[in-house]
Amino acid sequence: MDTTRFKSKGFYIPGIITLIIFAGLVTLPLFGSLYNVILITTLLMYANLTVSWVLFSGLTGYMSLATAAFFGVGIYASALFLPITGAELPILVVVLIGGLASSIIAFGAGALTLRLRGIYFTIFTFGLVVLIMELLNWWELSVNKILNRYIMLVDNNYIFYVMLGLFVLVMLTFFFIRRSKFGLAMRSIGENEEAASHMGINVTMVKIVTFAISAFFMGATGAIWATKLSYINPHEAFKVLISFLPVLMAIFGGMGHIYGPVIGAVIFAYLQETLQTKFSEIYMLSFGVVLVLAILYMPHGLVGLIQKVWRRISGGKRVHT
Amino acid sequence: MLEVSNLNAFYGNIHVLWDISFTVKEAEIFALIGANGAGKSTLLRAISGLLLPASGTITFLGQRIDHLSSNEIVELGLSHIPEGRKLFTEMSVRENLEMGAYTKPAWVQKAETLKWVYEIFPILKEREKQLASTLSGGEQQMLAMGRGLMSRPKLCIIDEPSNGLAPRLVLEVFKVIKSLRDQDITILLVEQNVKHTLETADRACVLENGRLALDGTCQQLLDSEHIRKAYLGL
Repeated sequence: MDTTRFKSKGFYIPGIITLIIFAGLVTLPLFGSLYNVILITTLLMYANLTVSWVLFSGLTGYMSLATAAFFGVGIYASALFLPITGAELPILVVVLIGGLASSIIAFGAGALTLRLRGIYFTIFTFGLVVLIMELLNWWELSVNKILNRYIMLVDNNYIFYVMLGLFVLVMLTFFFIRRSKFGLAMRSIGENEEAASHMGINVTMVKIVTFAISAFFMGATGAIWATKLSYINPHEAFKVLISFLPVLMAIFGGMGHIYGPVIGAVIFAYLQETLQTKFSEIYMLSFGVVLVLAILYMPHGLVGLIQKVWRRISGGKRVHT
Repeated sequence: MLEVSNLNAFYGNIHVLWDISFTVKEAEIFALIGANGAGKSTLLRAISGLLLPASGTITFLGQRIDHLSSNEIVELGLSHIPEGRKLFTEMSVRENLEMGAYTKPAWVQKAETLKWVYEIFPILKEREKQLASTLSGGEQQMLAMGRGLMSRPKLCIIDEPSNGLAPRLVLEVFKVIKSLRDQDITILLVEQNVKHTLETADRACVLENGRLALDGTCQQLLDSEHIRKAYLGL
């Protein structure tokens, strides 16, 4: 494991920076404007999805496009249990329901399909998004005769704190899994699945469990995010773009380091927010350009680039092996 | 120690293993010889739980293992060192070895086993921190074997260890295999290098077109006309 890296003094500087950022985030609603609170809630939402995605796909190498499915299931949990009038369950319980529902679906879908490899698994996960959306659409229109569901209004600061709490949880989970024996098993599956099973790893179990953990955070994030949306319907809840953005953000940030997906998500989401408001006609186009440049010139993402520059500044004493 | 009886296996509709029966005794090197496509690898996949046999039984240490999954089989003490090494190339040598000790009983004695493996392959200790992909072919084969030993196996299946190695290294690999037997580890060796194998192993069987063609002690096989003609070119 990477214990040597963490033991060296390089561990303290990121640790202190993390603490400062965390302190800033916790106190943000006290001094920040409402706009900033909402903006950072959005950034955290993307960070949660990206880190959850990397937690499964980055380590095992199974590219999942089911993010939108789990996120949407979370959103729908809120729509069902937090209606605009007469909500009976506390918000945090609904967030938990959103997460659990997603991980149950991930568990079932994983048990069925995680023996598929490569592109077949990816296609299936993408199909899952469409499948759940169409099922819900049919159920709403034909059975319930409902077009839109209206969701309870929640204070922005409260949403922010729940999102932040989820962010801390997903980061801790990611951090500890990466360094654990379980994380080692996941990496070995990502590298060579057959060899991993020769090592005595129950590869199917490891994959399914991780898929479910990752889905839990996606669902929980969706559930709290839904309270910002005021109304939803299946098409609003299951946007395919949500499946692709975390992949792009993770590539952009770099998956080799725990901070990579976070940095990628934050910068990417910030760009998206600002470009969308200022240059709404070309924002998708500029995204594409940024991504192509990122893949061409930063194969290990932003974090990889930073590490490279840092090594050059520090005289290349710590050669990467 | 390992008993395979009347084993039949299919890939889809294709019958690849026909009524295979043999027994591997404790603390011996048992060799499985055969040309490309004879069904050697399929047989190994069936033994280590990656392929479900259509009929027949596989017994390991008195326990049926033909319906167990590969991770359960590893835990019983059967280690499979796969053909083509199949290393975790983006992990360090040390991490590769640690992965080998993944099962619970092996994980507990990981440090001790690691010392033992480093004694057998001192080069791995030197290369400890390097990524597996940076090793030479011979070192990679040693790492694959070391990783397989990390699970503290009672029976070790070694698939084509001499594949792609320089002649000098082939001799070294066979020497190590012999030394493992001397430490009471039973070896099921699969090889195309028939001459060296028959000189190293105690007993052997020959697989041809998915059927068992011959079996016996290595001396018997070396003397057999069929082996001399078809495999040794004499």
